[in-house]
Amino acid sequence: MERSKRQKQRKVLLMGRSGAGKSSMRSIIFSNYVAKDVRRLGATVDVEHSNIRFMGNLMLNLWDCGGQDSFVESYLSNQRSHVFTSVAVMIFVFDISSREAAADLLSFASTIRALYEFSPGSKIFVLIHKMDLVPADQKARVFQQKAIDVRTTCEDEGFQSQQVDFWATSIWDQSLYKAWTQVIYFLVPNASAIEDMLRRLADLLDARELILYERTTCLVVTHITRDAEQRNPYNDRFERISSILKTHKHSMAKHTGTMASEVSFAELQIKTGDFMFFITRLTENTNLAVVMPSDEASFNAARVNVQLARREFSHLDIVEKRGKDVQRQGKDGPALEEVRMADDGEASSSGRASDR
Amino acid sequence: MRTLFSENILSPAPTPVPQQNPFELLFPSTLSNASSSASVQSSPNQHEWLTQHWQNQQRAENDATNYGSTASSAPLTRRKGNPKLLFMGLRKSGKSSVQKVVFQKMSPADTLFLEPTTRIEKASLQSFVTIDTAELPTSLLASPPELDHHAVFSNMGAVIWILDVQDDYLTSIASLIETTVFLAEHYPRINIDVFIHKIDGLSEEYKYDTFREVRQRVQDELSDVGHADKSVSYYQTSIFDHSIFEAMSKVVQKLLPQLPAMETLLNKLCSTCRIQKAYLFDTSSKIYVATDASPTFLRDYEVCSDYVDVVVDIKQIYGWQQRDKTQAVEDGGEIGESMVTCDHSGDTYIYAREINDHLSLLCVMGKGSSADKRVLIDYNVSILQTALVKVFRV
Repeated sequence: MERSKRQKQRKVLLMGRSGAGKSSMRSIIFSNYVAKDVRRLGATVDVEHSNIRFMGNLMLNLWDCGGQDSFVESYLSNQRSHVFTSVAVMIFVFDISSREAAADLLSFASTIRALYEFSPGSKIFVLIHKMDLVPADQKARVFQQKAIDVRTTCEDEGFQSQQVDFWATSIWDQSLYKAWTQVIYFLVPNASAIEDMLRRLADLLDARELILYERTTCLVVTHITRDAEQRNPYNDRFERISSILKTHKHSMAKHTGTMASEVSFAELQIKTGDFMFFITRLTENTNLAVVMPSDEASFNAARVNVQLARREFSHLDIVEKRGKDVQRQGKDGPALEEVRMADDGEASSSGRASDR
Repeated sequence: MRTLFSENILSPAPTPVPQQNPFELLFPSTLSNASSSASVQSSPNQHEWLTQHWQNQQRAENDATNYGSTASSAPLTRRKGNPKLLFMGLRKSGKSSVQKVVFQKMSPADTLFLEPTTRIEKASLQSFVTIDTAELPTSLLASPPELDHHAVFSNMGAVIWILDVQDDYLTSIASLIETTVFLAEHYPRINIDVFIHKIDGLSEEYKYDTFREVRQRVQDELSDVGHADKSVSYYQTSIFDHSIFEAMSKVVQKLLPQLPAMETLLNKLCSTCRIQKAYLFDTSSKIYVATDASPTFLRDYEVCSDYVDVVVDIKQIYGWQQRDKTQAVEDGGEIGESMVTCDHSGDTYIYAREINDHLSLLCVMGKGSSADKRVLIDYNVSILQTALVKVFRV
């Protein structure tokens, strides 16, 4: 009971027609598959559950629901309340190359009708998938058209327009990471607290950019960009970094002969005449990538400061320790505790600044 | 300011030199567009002019490349000039694909759409060591007039014969023997390398068996015609993984006269700094020009090559300010370097360092190279760097 207070379980439904690409996306993001490997996946039978731990006392309970008509029938009838209760996020995947657009929309409508019955406050992410099959010049138009159709359906069923978000994705480029990053960002409960602390850290380090990403999935949780870097022409650089790091993990796994999920480095540094870059672990589940201007002294100071800042950030990440849970039983609720620790963090990091 | 990997990598691939190809007329091609060949074959004066034309072009190119690359400013004599490679093989064996994937960074999946080559395709890789490549459209028969052979082969460093192992390779072997005999008699200094290509299509057991069989056959037939002493190198390659780059690296290495010097320097570095494996990469093409004496596994090459990709990509994302400013060439000052540290022991895992604009040193580090040894490693590598620059200035 206490653990469920500490570790928020967020239920995420992943639904769509059969063959839309749900299991492929899930395996690429969460199971370290490469895009080529997803050909091996067969049809999902009934529901596949996965529990994924994220930082900030977040436990994602992902329901990958088989899309074949018989399964969908069963969700909508005998399993209706079981599937659709207390859903935090529903991710619905449309296959843009499907020839049965009308049938897709009907199926979508019946699904969100059931969702509205049991979880009217949930957020819906609509992923328009397999966009690589659309010719480049038609991409924007096709996406807009589909988005409009789907949005009208949602509004018919009673969902407000701010509850629905649309993303165009494809497993062959970084748009997949961008969409899932938004999902994760929505689900992380104390995103703004994290961002505040990161912003303070960025000012302390005088860094150009800070990127916080989750270690196993390489998804960017949040980022802080300071003034000069706003002019960076690569607006999609966070997704690019996700895919670069993921490929790097795979190549290291191949070399050391270990599984891709177990591979991690302690630190990665790149120094050039133009910028200096390092990645290091920040909390148990996340890494921090820091981009600094090209100055050796501030680079080394930054590395030391991030080491010291780790302690403050660790409070945001809940480590599952049974002993500690029993201890914390007597204290205040989780929300207050975090605020207090954030205050501590503020005091200590400004203390560091004066030491420097 | 110095950058880790210069923007030459990011510039578009070098386009093949467009030229009025005189040789289009003369080779007896099995393709139908050889119709114009018959009329022009007779006069020797014609050939002379064509040979001259070819040699003038070569000279002009070398002047251009010498002007462009400060590293290899050597006169136009064989083995001291740029390495020159010639791709030969039967039709559809994969010559153009190999050229495009290695030198022009085409994705292997796109090579399906390449059209059959009808003329001699020449390309020049403008990089640390300028590599000129040429590709003949079909197999060369030894009978036609000699002069065109002279113009083609006189400057060649190596002939790469691409043998498609998924096709019937016996005919390819026969043509290979003919060509080898011809070259051994007239141009004995040309290296011959055989790429046993498209090896990714075979299953594991058959790979080595086929490789051995081809090698055995070629050796037997060569000794039958009396050229048993001609050394031919064999490589298993496929454009879908790193084996083609590894094979190409070895071919290029044999043509570089500075190779022994580089190898000695790398060996010294590896023994003093406890480096497991060191590569000198040509950053844009990811061919390595030298490595140390420890045993070479494809795995080490792959991880280093992937790491070059990581650094180049990140450099591209965050190095945008440099490209906005005007290009001021500043020498000395910042040296680019990068490293990855292992999780548990704090040892360095991969260490990368820029030597000059095109060349980088990549090391897979062994145990015991922890952070406090970094200073020593940096010092040793900078000594290596000055030494390498001197080696190539000669």
